Amino acid sequence: MANIKDLAQRAQAQPRFGPGHSLCRGCGIPIVVRTVLSSIPGRVVVINATGCLEVATTRYPFTAWQVPWIHVAFENAAAVASGVEAAYHVLAARGNLAEPVTLVVFAGDGGTYDIGLQALSGALERGHRFIYVCYDNEAYMNTGIQRSSATPFGAATTTSPGGRQTIGKPEPRKNIVEIVAAHRIPYVAQAALSHWQDLSDKVQRAYHADGPAFLNVLSSCPPGWGHEPSDSVSVVRMAVDSGYWPLVEVIEGHWRLTYQPEERIPVVKWLRRQGRFQHLFRNGQEEAIEKIHASIDEEWHKMVKRDADDAFWFRTEEAQRWNQVPILPTAWEPRLGTPVWESFRESPHQG
Amino acid sequence: MNRLPFHAPGQKLDAMTVITGAQGVAHAIRQIDPDVFPVYPITPQTPIIQTLSQFVADGLCHTHVLDVESEHSAMSAAIGAALAGVRTMTATASQGLALMVEVIYLAASMRAPIVTAVGNRALSGPINIHGDHSDAMLARDSGAVQLFVENAEEAYHFTIIATRVAEDPRVLLPVMVGLDGFTITHSAEPVALLPDERVRAFVGPYSYPYPLLGPEVGTYGPFAMPDSYFECKRQQIAALENGLEVFEQVSAAFADLAGRHYLAVEPYRLAGAQAALVMMGSHCGTAKDVVDGLRSQGLPVGLLQIRLYRPFPREMVGRLLADIPQVAVLDKASSPGTLPPLFLDVAASVSHPRQLVSVIYGLGGRDVPAADLAGLYHGLLEQRLPQATPWYLKGRPAWDEEDEPWPT
Repeated sequence: MANIKDLAQRAQAQPRFGPGHSLCRGCGIPIVVRTVLSSIPGRVVVINATGCLEVATTRYPFTAWQVPWIHVAFENAAAVASGVEAAYHVLAARGNLAEPVTLVVFAGDGGTYDIGLQALSGALERGHRFIYVCYDNEAYMNTGIQRSSATPFGAATTTSPGGRQTIGKPEPRKNIVEIVAAHRIPYVAQAALSHWQDLSDKVQRAYHADGPAFLNVLSSCPPGWGHEPSDSVSVVRMAVDSGYWPLVEVIEGHWRLTYQPEERIPVVKWLRRQGRFQHLFRNGQEEAIEKIHASIDEEWHKMVKRDADDAFWFRTEEAQRWNQVPILPTAWEPRLGTPVWESFRESPHQG
Repeated sequence: MNRLPFHAPGQKLDAMTVITGAQGVAHAIRQIDPDVFPVYPITPQTPIIQTLSQFVADGLCHTHVLDVESEHSAMSAAIGAALAGVRTMTATASQGLALMVEVIYLAASMRAPIVTAVGNRALSGPINIHGDHSDAMLARDSGAVQLFVENAEEAYHFTIIATRVAEDPRVLLPVMVGLDGFTITHSAEPVALLPDERVRAFVGPYSYPYPLLGPEVGTYGPFAMPDSYFECKRQQIAALENGLEVFEQVSAAFADLAGRHYLAVEPYRLAGAQAALVMMGSHCGTAKDVVDGLRSQGLPVGLLQIRLYRPFPREMVGRLLADIPQVAVLDKASSPGTLPPLFLDVAASVSHPRQLVSVIYGLGGRDVPAADLAGLYHGLLEQRLPQATPWYLKGRPAWDEEDEPWPT
């Protein structure tokens, strides 16, 4: 298990991200990016979808990235990663790479849940080896806070405003973790920036996954959620502690909760901290608040049941390798193994 | 008569293989042996990828055919692979190209030398799987080099030529090789395949400056504000303009290899012509036969075949058409609301005022009877054709939508 000192030391010894970006005060994204990148040993190549992270870190001729970084468009980060991964195998087979590389994709919820879902699904089905990190701030923040399919029920955005006749977004959010898990990839997880230790552990397990790994990380957005920049971490922590955002892992198809609050705080406390839910209180929308409360309860109990149902697997011998934390290797081991298509070839690429 | 012989000097017909244009492209890819080939099936491109996949399955080449879930992802993965540092190609057509267009612009802007074989096909709707140039025109302004071939052998040759053009450091841009859907992709013709090792030697190893997976750390695809976007575009335009000179050099080198010397713009019996058609693609073959027939009757007609469509060889086209009083430009695409694309390119290249007729033909794979082309030449010579509005060469429609007889 890496402690915060380890992460900080790694970030200082081998700077990978920033300073010099122009993300907002209190933005959760750089916390997510730094925690993820500090938890991965060795060479990293970042593939980024269009979004806040991309525009705020690479205003030409400046860049906040000190690792190789590529951005092509909004909906295709997973497809670009597929191509880079395929190229990686070719270069590795030829002996043209000095050291192994870990591919990390960063995309927001819009680029993951919505416009990038097809490319993500295709890449997961094909089994490309990358760590896909969705920094989920629950709306299109880069274009000015429009609702996405990650926006929760009742939240006000500029395209799902709370008004005299509306309660904000009328639909519940999409469960991206279940969708990704349905692809039967080796490692899927949900994390939150407030629980950096949990996030770091999950990144390390994702690093060792023999195939695609996916992390859905709750970020924060002070202007989009309507809270003080200094409250980012505490607001996200309340989302976790209320049970709204369970921290889970799906390892080889088996679910577990990685964090259980001793006592779940009432979700109303979390709602009250954010401007995007204030209309629910002003307009006397007790019914909507009750609905939010009931749906979170239902989802939480479903998760607790899944956790209990799959607990036996995590005690089996085959599951033990996933429990070995710390798993950051001190010496280099190839991050990407021999791809299936290459192992059938007699003479791989001749330079 | 300056028409090229059916086969190059020294080649014997029994040394030829009868293959389709799509198979010709697949053979070129097999010989070039690119590292990654992200692709999504679409008619009439599919035989390219089917043939290539079988070559790979039989161990005849080592290409990683990456069967992605859409053409958008195909070009996206191609950018990732090409910039990462390996040779990457793809193929598409029609709606697939339409879906891909957003990413073709990015491939050009990110200077990704990706050769794309395009089985040119009409765009929906109505949905239609047959050949025309509407799809290529959708990518006309993308910044990609565009080539149009006439037959199966050219499809094979141009795939090889395109690879060197794309990867030339003065260009470093995607190149689209257009072969008319069905007319070329699915029609079998004799093709003389070149020795594998000579093709490999001709294209050489892939070398990309500052690859993403190379030793240097770089930021690829950053965000450009108004203070820098313009400069990026200007450099990209300059690179595309270099395409003409580079094409000519590569084509001359290819002539040493294959005995065929392809010109960016090929004049066919233009000397002394009083009337000429300007065309590109498969129907140039039909037009050459028509020209031969009319010339044998003593009529002064000729053809200007455009093989390099982007960058458009403006100076050459203007020079070659300078002394020809009657010219019709044939577009296998339309641009509703204005005159069609090739016509506008030619009009911008010739000196004014002059006789210039716009003809739209072959939409959705409509037949182009030789008699219609001959009628066009007669119309030009007798100065009967209208100018300033596009005229439609309708071939044999299922029904006549209006009573609009051909002017005789």
